[in-house]
Amino acid sequence: MNEEKKSFKARQIRLGALTAIHSAGAGHPGGALSIAEILSYLYFEEMNIDPKDPQKADRDRFVLSKGHASAALYAVLAERGFFDKSLLPTFRKNGSILQGHPDMKHIPGVDMSTGSLGQGISAACGMALSAKLSDKPFRVYAILGDGEIEEGQVWEAAMFARHYKLDNLCAFVDFNGLQIDGTVQDVIDPTPIDEKFAAFGWNVICIDGHDYDQIENAVNAAKETKDKPTAVIAKTVKGRGVSYMENAVDWHGKAPNDEQYAIALSELGGAD
Amino acid sequence: MADKIATREAYGAALAEFGEKYDIVVLDADLASATKTGVFKKKFPERFFDCGIAESNMMSVAAGLASTGKIPFVSSFAMFAAGRAFEQVRNSIGYPHLNVKIGATHAGVSVGEDGATHQCNEDIALMRVIPGMVVINPADAVSSRAAVEAAILHNGPVYMRFGRLAVPYLYDESLNFEIGKGIKLRDGKDVTIISTGLTVYMALEAAKLLENEGISAEVIDIHTIKPLDDDLIVASAKKTGAVITTEEHSVIGGLGGAVCELLGGRCPTPVLRVGVEDVFGKSGKGAELLGDYGLSPENFAAKAKAAIALKQNR
Repeated sequence: MNEEKKSFKARQIRLGALTAIHSAGAGHPGGALSIAEILSYLYFEEMNIDPKDPQKADRDRFVLSKGHASAALYAVLAERGFFDKSLLPTFRKNGSILQGHPDMKHIPGVDMSTGSLGQGISAACGMALSAKLSDKPFRVYAILGDGEIEEGQVWEAAMFARHYKLDNLCAFVDFNGLQIDGTVQDVIDPTPIDEKFAAFGWNVICIDGHDYDQIENAVNAAKETKDKPTAVIAKTVKGRGVSYMENAVDWHGKAPNDEQYAIALSELGGAD
Repeated sequence: MADKIATREAYGAALAEFGEKYDIVVLDADLASATKTGVFKKKFPERFFDCGIAESNMMSVAAGLASTGKIPFVSSFAMFAAGRAFEQVRNSIGYPHLNVKIGATHAGVSVGEDGATHQCNEDIALMRVIPGMVVINPADAVSSRAAVEAAILHNGPVYMRFGRLAVPYLYDESLNFEIGKGIKLRDGKDVTIISTGLTVYMALEAAKLLENEGISAEVIDIHTIKPLDDDLIVASAKKTGAVITTEEHSVIGGLGGAVCELLGGRCPTPVLRVGVEDVFGKSGKGAELLGDYGLSPENFAAKAKAAIALKQNR
């Protein structure tokens, strides 16, 4: 995929996520926009998956541990063809399959129900362990929030993944620097994130989370790494792509109004 | 064969036995020697994973394993499996209805010397309230073994509760164990004693005490608290018109709560709930503590007579 197409996919994910959140009148735009490039790379370039057969045996797995960024996951799944894009505006509405947080029982392509922070990375460990146990080739990807790693369970999982040498696990940390109550440094400082994962015995790679080449290189480096899980600390901009949302803590968990949505659409280049 | 054996012993032995026949995976949180999953570990080390003292992670790891088709058994003390990791069981396992089997040991006050911090009298209530969760509390070694196999064959989350203290055998190989089906151990007409877990053998002794006084007590083993055997309980309540429930668990939210919820809707009947009152446990010998919390054949018999009096005074 050339650079233009890659940017196009990330833009579609951002538009899809915002459309869903605007329609719902609620959701988490900031942390959805910050992971668009990572999701785009994983779903369009990397993972062995089949939208026509979402439960395909031995497919690569993806766990959105920061489940509140569900709108971005739904947008990439729709873009990839797991379900029709017309479902996106039903996000969070009564009767929709698109629950506020990812629901593996009803949404094609969702590999794990998440939303309660800290649990997804443990489930990803279980999937990676299963692959090892059955000598299966699939790999497991996860995205954690930088605020999410304040949960103690994340570090229980970090110990577990190293102990069982889960080198088929690659976890991104969406290091956008903000959580609901403020900057991560102000709330309860989880930094230095890279040194923490390194101290837990992980292979650690720090990248710009909006740069495709760096994402690709990190994923490939993870594949080359033996006996250790990989943590990709992806520096990102919360709210990326929408001027008034960028680095604004206020946009963690609220929907744009009609006027704000129109501005966002025009800034992102409009719907296709 | 010893005449008494703890249900946790039977659990560990069953895992090791069924590990031959079924592709199960066992997880523990640094308690394998106490929960008896160590027996499985010795036989199938490649399918045993110690998660360390990290129960929350263990539950969600089990969810991940189950999502890829494995059948994980997860063990710790009831306090930590149902208590500490409640929200992981609820959100990682219960909500997606994943095929995880939780084998929780050291339930109730009969844990003994460790005292209140380790005596879980709340787990049935906590697990019962999770939609789709099966809750099993076997009375003896034979039904514990049967519960493990039934859990393997059941598709969905199952919580099994085992004890530390040795209890008598009640069943033999002829036992027909079915999830959700209670077992009538004794026919009676004056009062029904609905029991679960380690209190079932006490209920049978209570029935003998009552018989000596000319009172006919029906005794039912409710090994599966969820789904509850509604029809069996309602039919017995209709027949005797007086019910007591017995359990090594809080009188709030466990078997007694479940029976009252059922009968309140389908067959209003006087029900006295016997179990740990709304208090924490304490240190002591497990067998001694049971009596201190009202778990004895004598108290069951007294409560049965009180229930009969309620029926007569209606």
